[in-house]
Amino acid sequence: MAASSSGSSTLKRTLCTFIRYRSVRCVRQCNASIRTVCTSGSTSQLQPKIQSKGVSSQLRGVVGLEIHAQIHATSKLFACSRVAFCSPPNSSVAFLDASLPGTLPVLNRRCVEAAVITGLALNCTINRKSLFDRKHYFYADMPAGYQITQQRLPIAVNGSLIYSYFGGRKRNQVLSRCVRIKQIQLEQDSGKSLHDDQRSQTLIDLNRAGVGLMELVMEADMSCGDEAAAAVRELQLILQTLGTCQGNMSEGQLRVDANVSVHCPGEPLGVRTEVKNINSARYVARAIDYEIQRQKKVLENGGIIVNETRAFDSKSGTTIPMRDKEGLQDYRFMPEPNLPPLFVYEDEASVPAGVNPTQVVMIDRLKAELPELPGVRRARMVDQYKILPEHSFTLVNEDGLTEYFERVVRNTKAEPRKVIGWVMKELLGNLNQQSLKLAQSPVSPEALADLLNVLESGHISSSAAKVVFQEMWKAPEKAVEQLVKELDLGLVSDREKLLKICQKVVDTHPEQVHVIRAGNKKVLNKLMGAVQTETKGRADPVQVRAILEEMTS
Amino acid sequence: MLSLSIGEVSAALRKGRLSATELCRRCLNRIRKTRHLNAYITVTEDLAMKQAQEAELRLTRGKPLGPLDGIPFSVKDNFCTENIETTCASHMLRGYFPPFSATVVQKLLDQGAVLVGKTNLDEFAMGSGSTDSVFGPVRNPWSYSVSYREQSREQDPDSDWVIAGGSSGGSAAAVASLSSFMALGSDTGGSTRNPGSLCGLVALKPTYGLLSRHGLIPLVNSMDVPGIMTRTVHDAATVLDVLQGRDEKDSTTVESAYSPSSLPEEFDVRDICVGVPKEYHAPGMSAETLAQWGRVVALFERAGARVKEVSLPHTQHSIVCYHVLCCCEVASNMARFDGLQYGHRSKVDSSTEALYATTRHEGFNSVVRSRILAGNYFLLKQNYDRYFVKAQQIRRLITEDFRRVFQSGVDVLLTPTTLSDAARYSDFIQEDNRTRSAQEDIFTQPVNVAGLPAVTVPTALSSRGLPISLQLIGQSFQDMKLLTVANWMEQQLDFPIIRFHDDTDQERECKLGS
Repeated sequence: MAASSSGSSTLKRTLCTFIRYRSVRCVRQCNASIRTVCTSGSTSQLQPKIQSKGVSSQLRGVVGLEIHAQIHATSKLFACSRVAFCSPPNSSVAFLDASLPGTLPVLNRRCVEAAVITGLALNCTINRKSLFDRKHYFYADMPAGYQITQQRLPIAVNGSLIYSYFGGRKRNQVLSRCVRIKQIQLEQDSGKSLHDDQRSQTLIDLNRAGVGLMELVMEADMSCGDEAAAAVRELQLILQTLGTCQGNMSEGQLRVDANVSVHCPGEPLGVRTEVKNINSARYVARAIDYEIQRQKKVLENGGIIVNETRAFDSKSGTTIPMRDKEGLQDYRFMPEPNLPPLFVYEDEASVPAGVNPTQVVMIDRLKAELPELPGVRRARMVDQYKILPEHSFTLVNEDGLTEYFERVVRNTKAEPRKVIGWVMKELLGNLNQQSLKLAQSPVSPEALADLLNVLESGHISSSAAKVVFQEMWKAPEKAVEQLVKELDLGLVSDREKLLKICQKVVDTHPEQVHVIRAGNKKVLNKLMGAVQTETKGRADPVQVRAILEEMTS
Repeated sequence: MLSLSIGEVSAALRKGRLSATELCRRCLNRIRKTRHLNAYITVTEDLAMKQAQEAELRLTRGKPLGPLDGIPFSVKDNFCTENIETTCASHMLRGYFPPFSATVVQKLLDQGAVLVGKTNLDEFAMGSGSTDSVFGPVRNPWSYSVSYREQSREQDPDSDWVIAGGSSGGSAAAVASLSSFMALGSDTGGSTRNPGSLCGLVALKPTYGLLSRHGLIPLVNSMDVPGIMTRTVHDAATVLDVLQGRDEKDSTTVESAYSPSSLPEEFDVRDICVGVPKEYHAPGMSAETLAQWGRVVALFERAGARVKEVSLPHTQHSIVCYHVLCCCEVASNMARFDGLQYGHRSKVDSSTEALYATTRHEGFNSVVRSRILAGNYFLLKQNYDRYFVKAQQIRRLITEDFRRVFQSGVDVLLTPTTLSDAARYSDFIQEDNRTRSAQEDIFTQPVNVAGLPAVTVPTALSSRGLPISLQLIGQSFQDMKLLTVANWMEQQLDFPIIRFHDDTDQERECKLGS
């Protein structure tokens, strides 16, 4: 034991900096490789036939996604090195990660469980036996010269993801869609290369090398950027709920590649391109929509689509060709000989004799621990609290907001439908304005419930309540009753007082009174508003309406 | 004393008739004296002396760590040894000091065994002669034996020396030349048994999965096993017991709970059924080897063992199947040697691709390069089914052949280990590495394909004065049972101890020791 730890410090000494080598990245070579791809790609797939320019409007986008989700685990997929972001370069590198000769992979059970949990949440069939393969290609940040992945028999297959998004002309309709999940496979992440073109050097950081990934393959069931982005957001939310992936796209915890093609409905699929380098859900939509439009235009102008890999450039919002690995390379897949088949068991009874049940992955155990998934939760919100579906989305999307909402509901007599308005408008409005997270909200759910109770009791008007809310935000230590008193916001319900104010309003608004008398009762609201202005929103609206109706009849 | 078995020398150490430092010093002297054999790449003199002193302290206190405490050993230079250069006899890994030790090496060190050096091999263990090393070929110690020199017509031993076999030729030469009491080899297609056989040693290839491969720089992961080379079967059993067992760093190892820790006291050869595979009557087998085979078969029969002819029909395809699988895994395993993190890095750095290409061209010899090329060809998408998948299917058929034979009541199979005794170096290099490997591995290699245990035991000296050996093949995880039969066989055969024609002290030492 002592021997191996002293060995690891030796490696650290040699590695705890970038691995460096001189490199000249040759532009001409890149172009040459793309040309090679052109010829091979165009022969294998059909190009949609374009007879006339008008036809392009019939072309429809077809989108499939390949998503790499970094597994949220303390150690890597096949080594005991820690998964650590933002740590000094090459400070979390096991011998295996650096592919020192003689090292062997040892599977991390936590990563298998994460993949099984994710598979269950996405309605997948969990393969009781899955296999690992080597995928070969030379890349400086993949030191073994191959990646261990699951090409032949992945851990989970044939799932589906239901997602919704706002569509329709005004983008106010909730549209629900389903995308099939072809498979989920476990594989290793690569390290990172940093190119210093000025000094023509490449620096390699292996901290990320060997981190567990789940590659989720979504079938080409989507047709536009909005759908794809919504599917990605829904997946992100599911992974975060499960805790199997932190899902931060800008940090690369969730990486999306989009396969995009266009065709006329009913005809075979067109040649596809793969769009990489998309690091937010918003960019997923933009990159895909750009690519669909680009392909349409190319075909419209009589061109052909080339099977290639393109990178999304977020600055220009366009996609540009990049060096294509797939077209050039034959990955020379081979079974990974150092890992026996991965077995997952249904329950304790199915674990064979001689195998320790505490050391294996059991489906029924994981199933029992599955949390409430976003889709289920949204349906429950709508069903239980009679809130609008779009509100259920906001509740579920914002971390902890459902719990906040439910705590307010539990502590107040106010209707959930009223509560949701406060949560959506006042609470989120304030949070967004100050770019705070829900956890940072100065107003606790209990305090909001207090306020709503005071409002319900008729002691203050709703506009006064809004003023109180702003004060609570500034001075969270003060109780609602105290603020109401301090601000003198108690409702004016003295009939004499109200009569006077109303009379004054009626007198100063002769035209409106005339219109109301002529039959347009809606204008009464204007007078109501004027009364509230006069009373700083403290007038009891029920009484005021009755008085005004009388005066204008 | 250097020609004693581990059992004997360990007893001498415990009884205080011999000190561990003295023993170590003698082995180091012996290494110096046998430099011309080119058995060692690295001699770990200082470390060995330090370890020997520690062992001596324990031994004098009467508290040895185990049967191997103070015993000098050597390790093939494709096992990682912490902070000790590990080269695989390749330019690619020259100057590479691993930060960790292979599990099997560590287990020996933990038992107090004294590491005297790292031994020579064919580059990356690819070969069957130990002739393709960047450090030059290994010479078989029997080239300098009284028995060989007396038969040889040449006057100059440096002109007609014979090969040590391979690829673990350095380890075999180390044990046979009496500078190590045991050595680790690796066995992928016969690389431990072949040199063991040519150098007159007991060489065990354990069941795949019984010993950890962690730290063994791989040739073919699905066939590699650490091999054990000793002078007696009993010694092999002692070492096996130390090394066997599950290692959490190697997911292909299994617990050896049902494998006994030593040879049984009681053994009746009449309970044993020995199978003799008819397909092993291969063309090119020497008459003397055939005669030895017949002799030992008769020995078993006379002693009352059941002997029956069996058939392993798919064995003949083993070499071709092995060739494909080996190249594929080699292509994959060698991909990591790109010069970026360790080992040789070319000075050509006009582009990343150029750096890779020249590093690998300069670092590997032509044998390694040609296997990489072939392997990558077999793994191409359009070739995969025709080569890799086919080879896997044949592999299953070969495994099935063995299974059927063992199911029919056979306990062990008896076969030759090699076609003949050791070839002269000048003859051996008339053919290329690939041809030689195909010829030399013919009897040993099906065992690796099936993952079975096998041991080679020297039977007699040929008319040239060189060892001839036979191989016993056992059932999976029945390694101790296999060694039990081998032990019986060894006792009937009385194979001679090597005597060197130029060594005057040897006789004296022998007397001292016993």
